[in-house]
Amino acid sequence: MFTGIFKDTSVRILITFMIVLCVLSSLVLPDWMQNNFMYGLSRGLAILGLMLLWRTNLVSFGHALYYGFGAYAVALCQKYFGITDILLRFAIAVIAAGLLGFCLGFILRKYREIFFAMLSLAFSMVLYGLLAKAEFLGSTDGMSISPSTLLGMELTRQYLFYLITFFVICAAISIQAYLRSTLGHLTTAIQDNEIRVEYLGYSVQKAIHIKYVMSACLAGGAGGLMAASLGQVDPDSMVNWNVSGELVFITIMSGWGNILAPFIGAIIFEFIRTYAFEWAPQAWAAIVGGTLLAIIFFFPGGIWSVIEKVFNYGKKKNVK
Amino acid sequence: MQFWATVLLDGLTYASYLFIVSLGLTIIFGVMKILNVAHGSFYAWGAYTAAFAIGFITDNELSEALFLPAILISAILVGVVLGYVIERFILRKMYNQDIHLIVLATFGVFLIFEDLIIITFGVDPYLPYQPAMMLGWVDIVGLNRGVYQLTLILLASIVAFACWYGLTKTKWGKLLQSVIYDREISVAMGIDVTKVYVVTFIGGAILGALGGAYVAPTTSVSPGFAIDLVVLSFAVVVIGGMGSIPGALIGSLIVGILRAFAVHQAPILELFVVFAVMAIVLIIRPEGLFAPPKPRKI
Repeated sequence: MFTGIFKDTSVRILITFMIVLCVLSSLVLPDWMQNNFMYGLSRGLAILGLMLLWRTNLVSFGHALYYGFGAYAVALCQKYFGITDILLRFAIAVIAAGLLGFCLGFILRKYREIFFAMLSLAFSMVLYGLLAKAEFLGSTDGMSISPSTLLGMELTRQYLFYLITFFVICAAISIQAYLRSTLGHLTTAIQDNEIRVEYLGYSVQKAIHIKYVMSACLAGGAGGLMAASLGQVDPDSMVNWNVSGELVFITIMSGWGNILAPFIGAIIFEFIRTYAFEWAPQAWAAIVGGTLLAIIFFFPGGIWSVIEKVFNYGKKKNVK
Repeated sequence: MQFWATVLLDGLTYASYLFIVSLGLTIIFGVMKILNVAHGSFYAWGAYTAAFAIGFITDNELSEALFLPAILISAILVGVVLGYVIERFILRKMYNQDIHLIVLATFGVFLIFEDLIIITFGVDPYLPYQPAMMLGWVDIVGLNRGVYQLTLILLASIVAFACWYGLTKTKWGKLLQSVIYDREISVAMGIDVTKVYVVTFIGGAILGALGGAYVAPTTSVSPGFAIDLVVLSFAVVVIGGMGSIPGALIGSLIVGILRAFAVHQAPILELFVVFAVMAIVLIIRPEGLFAPPKPRKI
């Protein structure tokens, strides 16, 4: 699965991009920009997960469930076990969301189209309903999260940035390896014709289940990293339905041509939001909404399709 | 006894208002196969316009009898204007697109209209309580309730009856049913589907705005108060069956009474029960409790 993964063009471009980001952030970037990149990269993980599902034409309008679950797992482990180590935090978020995704996957793998979207929305709102009313979890105020440590040492924001990039590279490479495997190639086949895939001897439901768990893990990891870098978790900005909507929006904006696309899309989204908030504090949501409409109408392939056209990248290599 | 009366009464009031809003949503889904997130915008704009109109009437010391017409007119105005604009300039260009893209487009529209509210009406909450004050309070089985809230149940019944009558007894209703049943055949029979779509969308929008406008006097109208409603009306529509009109009635009754029960018995579960029921219905009967039987197409 992983053999020859570093010869893959997409992986090479991804690693180059991340290294450039790290160098830029340590040398020139002001703090606020570094924060934007950090949030963008963290959120990009969740988008990567949604992109996986999107490739089988499944759109989850409830992925904030895993995003928020990962974030709250980090918050609870700090509250009850005092865990602040960033490696443990990431692992806890990924495993917690993965387990939840594994359980719900048994139900969700049978659903398609609008029913899949609605059921995932229902699950995410169940969690929201509990979190928003539970006093011991801070209800709508949420909980605060102390700065992360690494193996007992204090972690500066600069090093947190490097670590997040590292997590992102690891996750993206695993996803690329998955997409190159037989199981990954089934993705698009399922989108084309499920019955034929069944006739070829593969279980469609199992393939979707595996993919669903992976995307849950990614979203959970994103939530965990986001909690660690924001220092705060609360239901309205982590679990509510409009967060799920935002995640799907960034997925469309990014396009699904490449493993790098989600991260670029998420970073651009972060900048649109920051600038919109600065220029027109009362109309930033309108600017985000307008961007969404513009993308749907004029660039249905997302930002990645534009990048592809500019660099003419698609013609030379077969893009994954 | 007292407890159950409270639950029933509060539940019915809440259900009536959910019903009016969800009815618009479910009709739009049934006819156009669009899950309209922007329905929340109709609701919020209806509420704000009504609040503004009520404030205007009070400030200029006009007759109190104008309150009710003002509420109705603001709902119709908002529904026609917003419904037409969204249908004509956004949705009409997307009818052949993937269903998820259409949902996202309406989400974008929702975000835009949310901010237009802040720009138009400001961030301060409106408290248009005057119509509710005007009608006073009444004792029902020992419970003190506002008369205005109770008229909500009446309004919902009128809307339900009008909808049933319109759909089954008029020519337009029959056209609509035929489009719901099979769009292609309807086109082949010479029905102008574009026109049906516009009228449906505007009708649904008016219902959404009416829900908001009528509820405005009982709450404080502030930015972002439509966010919860969007997903609640989704729950109602899913429980009853997407596109089913009796389903919207049953769904809103279930949600309304369950929620009232939870509020009085275990406030922590207020939202949980609603969405738990939504999830359970989707797991057991994905097409909804009262979905119309699907014709098998060959």
